[in-house]
Amino acid sequence: MSHPILDVAGLTVRYPGAAQPAVRGVSFQLGRERLGIVGESGSGKSTVGRALMRLLPGAEVSAERMRFEEVDLTAATERQMLKIRGARMSMILQDPKFSLNPIRRCGLQIEEAYRTHVRSSRAEARARALAMLEAVQIRDPERVYDLYPHEVSGGMGQRVMIAMMLLTDPDLVIADEPTSALDVTVRLQVLKILDDLVREKGIGLIMISHDLNLVRNFCDRVLIMYAGRVVETLAARDLDRAQHPYTRGLLAAQPRIGGKRAPLPVLQREAAWNEDREEMA
Amino acid sequence: MKALSVEKMSIRFGSVTVLPEVSFEVAAGECFGLVGESGSGKSTVLRCASLLLSSWQGEVRIGGVPVREMPLMERCRTLQMVFQDPYGSLHPRHSIRSVLSEPLRIHGLDDREARMAQALEDVGLPPDFLDRYPHQLSGGQRQRVAIARALILEPAVLLLDEPTSALDVSVQAEILNLLARLREERSFTYLMVSHDLAVIDHMCDRFAVMQAGEIVEVLPRDAIPSNQADAPYARELIGASLTYERAL
Repeated sequence: MSHPILDVAGLTVRYPGAAQPAVRGVSFQLGRERLGIVGESGSGKSTVGRALMRLLPGAEVSAERMRFEEVDLTAATERQMLKIRGARMSMILQDPKFSLNPIRRCGLQIEEAYRTHVRSSRAEARARALAMLEAVQIRDPERVYDLYPHEVSGGMGQRVMIAMMLLTDPDLVIADEPTSALDVTVRLQVLKILDDLVREKGIGLIMISHDLNLVRNFCDRVLIMYAGRVVETLAARDLDRAQHPYTRGLLAAQPRIGGKRAPLPVLQREAAWNEDREEMA
Repeated sequence: MKALSVEKMSIRFGSVTVLPEVSFEVAAGECFGLVGESGSGKSTVLRCASLLLSSWQGEVRIGGVPVREMPLMERCRTLQMVFQDPYGSLHPRHSIRSVLSEPLRIHGLDDREARMAQALEDVGLPPDFLDRYPHQLSGGQRQRVAIARALILEPAVLLLDEPTSALDVSVQAEILNLLARLREERSFTYLMVSHDLAVIDHMCDRFAVMQAGEIVEVLPRDAIPSNQADAPYARELIGASLTYERAL
């Protein structure tokens, strides 16, 4: 990768009072591609995303290297971060019910995200917001613009969130479980929209998820995390050929449509997976 | 083994009709699934059947006896429910011992220690977990405790409301295996709500697809892989699940 958007080496995060760091020595590079981070709850995948956005006040974050384009994220001041967050690097959160402001109209929230970073008139911001709502395939943008978050469905809310996060043309989008609060039928539509926009605009995407099917279908490359560590890095299409027993265990534990109804193989955890490894895949 | 039948169940919350009219039959010892999008009324069916909601019309019979006519004690010993979120369904300040001993005390059952130990063993937890509190357990262990609590009165019918959707795949596999094993050993009748068709396919013999409070179609599990549904919504749901699983 000649010019990675993101270059992380040895990222370690420790929450105050925790015996073990939540993330231990994570290293990866991201180009203009879609990278999936999968693991169980508590494996540290969301913490990695938040550490990149510098959204972990109080936690002890250290890294040998954490660069976002020309910015050194380990040294950037909060003032610099305010210019980067939401403008060049943005985050799509899990549940639109909890991450949109309940007492402001959807359209105004999208507009605000734009006006925070770009000097523009209200009319221009409104026009941009409406165009973006259309881009996320909301049929009647004018109407949705004036709705409050509780008046829109989950899938619609998540599209509003995607519109808000992509409006400033970021180079990097971190999607933290973007569809796990949505129904299967809606999930595919939302993923498709996100996927099309990311490809079209050449955005680097980090997709954080516990869902192996999702990363297999919507990512180029996958990092598998276990207990704060990356245990394996794979091309998404090679997921079935995973070597690490943890990845294989996760894949086997997944019930499949049309599968045998025999008891599912249960993951046998080994202490060795926690140990330090010198080489990185 | 007892069969469960739901006849013309309907409920309104204020001016909103949540279930217009739902009827279905679950054979004794069967595992029957309910699927549908959020807000389609799947969980409401379970809440009505277990009389957590009582202002509904219609009839639910277990082994031929209407649940409304069962005395409370008998009802609790006939049907039990396992809830979606093991983080929310156990009292944070009650030890596992008090969680499991309360139903035994209420029902005046003897041999409490032995029954509690047996219930924990059934769900694959060591007996010394009795003195733990929910915060000392992982999500999967909590869900096992919730299942043990449902089992301890030896009911015939278990209502499972998304029993694994708050859990990781690896833990989900353990809980699904546990539920399948218990059904085999005790011939329970399960009524299981899930939004994951792969889970339904793995566990259930038949399932009903719900949309806006109505059952649009009842299908056998074999209809999933080749999408043999007739109702448009059921086709769409199964189609989406298949694409999602096989998109590559």
